Parts: sequence; structure tokens; C-alpha cells
Amino acid sequence: MSVIRFAGGRSIRYRPRALLVGAGCILLALAVGVLSIGSGDYPMSPSDVLSTLLGNGSPAEDFIVNELRLPRLVTALLVGAALALAGALFQTLVRNPLGSPDILGFTQGASVGALLVVVTGGSSLALACGAVVGGIVTGAAIYALAWRNGVHGHRLVMVGIGAAAILTGINGYLLTKAQLMDAARAVLWLTGSLDGRGWQDALPLLIAMAVIAPVVLLGCGRALQMIEMGDEAAGALGIRVERLRLVLLAAAVLLASLAAAAAGPVSFVALTAPQLAKRLTRAPGPNLLPSMCTGAALLVTADWAAQQLFTGHQLPVGVLTGVLGGGYLIWLLATERRAGRI
Amino acid sequence: MEHGGSRLSGSELTLRYEQRTIAEGLTVAIPDQSFTVVVGPNACGKSTLLRALSRTLRPAAGSVLLDGRDITGIPAKQVARTLGLLPQSSVAPEGITVCELVARGRYPHQGLLRQWSPEDERVVEESMAATGVAELADRMVDELSGGQRQRVWIAMALAQETPLLLLDEPTTYLDIAHQIEILDLCARLHEEQGRTLVAVLHDLNHAARYATHLIAMRDGRVVAAGAPKDIVTAELVQEVFRLPCRVIEDPETGTPLVVPAARQRAVATARA
Repeated sequence: MSVIRFAGGRSIRYRPRALLVGAGCILLALAVGVLSIGSGDYPMSPSDVLSTLLGNGSPAEDFIVNELRLPRLVTALLVGAALALAGALFQTLVRNPLGSPDILGFTQGASVGALLVVVTGGSSLALACGAVVGGIVTGAAIYALAWRNGVHGHRLVMVGIGAAAILTGINGYLLTKAQLMDAARAVLWLTGSLDGRGWQDALPLLIAMAVIAPVVLLGCGRALQMIEMGDEAAGALGIRVERLRLVLLAAAVLLASLAAAAAGPVSFVALTAPQLAKRLTRAPGPNLLPSMCTGAALLVTADWAAQQLFTGHQLPVGVLTGVLGGGYLIWLLATERRAGRI
Repeated sequence: MEHGGSRLSGSELTLRYEQRTIAEGLTVAIPDQSFTVVVGPNACGKSTLLRALSRTLRPAAGSVLLDGRDITGIPAKQVARTLGLLPQSSVAPEGITVCELVARGRYPHQGLLRQWSPEDERVVEESMAATGVAELADRMVDELSGGQRQRVWIAMALAQETPLLLLDEPTTYLDIAHQIEILDLCARLHEEQGRTLVAVLHDLNHAARYATHLIAMRDGRVVAAGAPKDIVTAELVQEVFRLPCRVIEDPETGTPLVVPAARQRAVATARA
């Protein structure tokens, strides 16, 4: 741990390694982002991409980079960061590395909202709104069901897993009710895809992240570390545990829902990124900022890889994160078992 | 009570989990600068009392007073600078070092722009020295033995620098040597640093040896309170624990020592 001291007794404490990990992930995300913008039906070299981003490209290149491909990159960065932050929050609040919005039912709730819109033939905007509303309603319902003199980690996990199963069933039912075209659109959405994302998809998430991330990181980050040690220990240190948990759960549900609205329920990023960040920083605690950077890098890289993997055929990014994330989960289970932790 | 001041007290407390009432009309005062130990049979409400005193559990009726004010009305961080608690079960975050865990005790003294003062540094070092874990500072908490780990948690509570410190069964799960080690540590903190300690203990003989003030509870009420040598008698032990026994003088310390009756005598006493 290093400390920077300022005049007036002010001080900030940080981990150099965590900062390095964060910076490294951001650099990776941006580098892959430039490659990703340069690839596609109209390939461009990285230097052309950079000069176009700086405003020195031809009108055609300017249109391709800034209107077609940059929004997709920005959406990927934001969705990755938002999912990772939501995952880090859930995992810390329920004190379980499996606590993530796609396992606790929040993502499935967002999917129900989105599918209801698809079945009734709504627009893309309505679909995004449906996802957000579905996620928030599910979040409130799970919180209410799990509440008993406060919400405790294991009960939230149980209720969440149950809700996830029920909501998955509802999603299946909705798909059978949909017209063929709508069902195809719904299945693509359910996989999680960044294809054709424009500024209108990135903007709501950008605003939400600009508001929620500072509140969570600066306002609650240190208190969240204390919750890791148990409710009583955190309470003894002067934290109003239940209030903090409610605020942070709400923030995490909002982030997960908005991410789903922008790119569909991209699986496993929320689960994997915080764990990956923890292993890279080797630091205890929720690792919120490194998790966000890791999540952004993870999703941008996965999206780029999904575009490159099969020439002439774009894979939705959710397929790749699912395969990678599932593999990672098995690896995690094996190493944890070897370490005797489970 | 027979002592002078009492910064921490509970008056007419009704303590309840959901529908289950643990205590009604419970009144206790913790004498300042005392090493108070709460004893009683399982489920007598001693840990619940500690939870109420530390405002972990909100009383259904009555109030806990800290420095004369209702504790629920005092800002949480301010309470945390006066009153510390070592809970029965705390979780050491994965991969945390001893020194980092102890440093977390400084939270109530810190802020967003006051994250680590020279004062924090000094208090953490002193706390680790006082509990004998200074040489473990860079070790992972997961790797420590039970007794070492408990000393680290106590160090964290010390780093909170509270004049009052509550400990919920600090010796549970430790072997006899480590139990004595922890109790000696508590006694030293009480004597040398002048802190008021309140501990819930299971072992009556440990309580009688270390406490300066003993609170004996049964069924959610206080049966007796006072110095161990004044209140620990065979009658009290019978009343509180339903245990026939003899009370003799501890050959080491002169404090009361409870010796449970042999089986035949217990049967005879029960028949009589």
C-alpha cells in the first residue's frame, strides 16, 4: 500500500499493483479497440484508425469509424465495465464468488422484460426499456423475498437462484409464443450481441455509469470493504450495513439491467471479471476499479475475437464470453479445490 | 450499582428476535474501567445483551445509553469511535495480511480524503505490538492458527481506539492454553490501557478469575452482579446453572473456584 499525503492532513491510500492492473487493462482494451475498428468489410490500418479518430480521415472513413464502429466499441467498453462493477458488488455483498447478476436472476428478469416487448412487436427502444424495467422489478422482488430482518448473503443467493430458474422458464414460454421473426430476434438478443450498436445504445449506459460509478467507488467503496468481514464487524466499525447494502444492490441491479438493455444479457463477464481482477491485483477486497477495467478489456477483446474467429460470419459476443466464462469457471473450481477452499 | 460512573448501560430492555423474546425489563450498567464478564447458561441472553449494548440489535423497548444518550440517536461512526465490538464470527477477507486487517480497525477515524494519517500508522503498530502479532504483520491471516487469528482480531478492535470494548465469547474454539493467553491479554489491556472491557464467557472459573465485575444471567434477567468474590457462591451457581457444586479458593489467585459436585453427591443433593 502506498500513501500520498496532501496539505491539511489529507491523504489517499492506494495499491500500486491495482493501479497498474487497471491501467494495463485499459491500454489493452483501447489497443484491441483500435484493431477492432480497423477490421471488417472496409479494413483500415491502426494508424488510419487513429488519425480518423483525431478527425483527419476522409468523409467516408469518418463515417465508418465515428458513426458505425466507434459506438460499438464504446458500448462494449461500457457494458464490460458496468457488468464487472455489478458483479464485484454482488460478489462482495453476498460474500460468494458465484454471486453475479446472471446467476442471481437479475439478468433473467431483464430478459423477461425484453422478451415481453419482442413478443408484442415493440421497437428497439422499447426493448431496451423493457430490459431495464424487467431487471429493476426482479431486483425489487428478490430483495423483498429475501428480506428477513435484513438481507443476508446466503438467503439472497437461494432466492436469486430460484428466481433465475423460474424466469428462465418464463423466457422459454415467451419464445414459444413469439412469431418466427420475432423469436429469431429474441434469441439473438438473448445471446448478447454488440452488432450494429449505435450512439443511442451507448448513451443511456454512459450517463448511468457517469453517475453510478463515482457514487459507488468514492462514496461506498471503503465501507464495502468492511462488509466483507461480516455484518457485525462492519456494524461495529460504524457502518449502517442494511442501508449500504440496499444502496449498492440497487446500483448493481441498475447497472446489470442497463448493460442488458444495451447489449443483451452477455453472460459470464460479471462473474469472471471481478475474480480475474482479484487474481491480477492479488488484493483482498472488492477491487471495484480494477474489476471495471478488467471487464471492459474482457468484453472488447471477446467482441473482437468473435468477429475474427470465423471469416465472413460474425459470432455474437455472448457465445464467446459464454464459452470462455464457462471454461474459466471450471478452472476456478479446480484451483479452489486444490487450495482446499471448497 | 455500587460503582461510580457508567458510560454504557441498558435500561428496561426488551430484546427480541422476530417473535422470540429473549429478555424483558433487563437493566444493566457497565462500571467504568471495569473488566466486566457476563456469564450464564446457554440461551440465557448474554450474547443478545452484548448485541444490544453494541447496537447490533435494536431493543424492542427500553434504551441503551452511551454517555447518557440513547445509542440509536448517535451517528454510527461516532459510536464506533467510543465503543468497539469483537463479534463471535468474523470473516477474514481472502488474501488479506495481518497488518491490513488490523488497519481496517481505523475506519471510523478515516474519511474519503483522510485515508491514512501518521496517527493511523502509529496506532496500528501499537495494537499489533500490544497483542503480540507484530512479527506476523506481513503474514496472510488464512495461514494463522486459531489463537493467533483471535489475537489479530483483538488487535483490529484495539486499533479502533475505543475506551469501551465488547468481546463476544473471545475464547470459544480455542484450546485451554490459548484461552488463558487471550484472557491474560484482555486483563493486561484492561490494567495497562485503562479500557473498559465487557466479555461474554462460557467458563465460570475463567470469569471468576479475570473479571472485576461479574454479571450472572438466567432466562433473560440478571440474577446477580458484583465482584466475583462477593457473589460467586454455591447457591448462585445452583440458581444460575442448576449445577450442584462447591466453591473453594483458587490456589493461584484467591478468587472463587467452582468445583462441580461428583455424580453421587449431585444425585443425593437432588433427592434431598
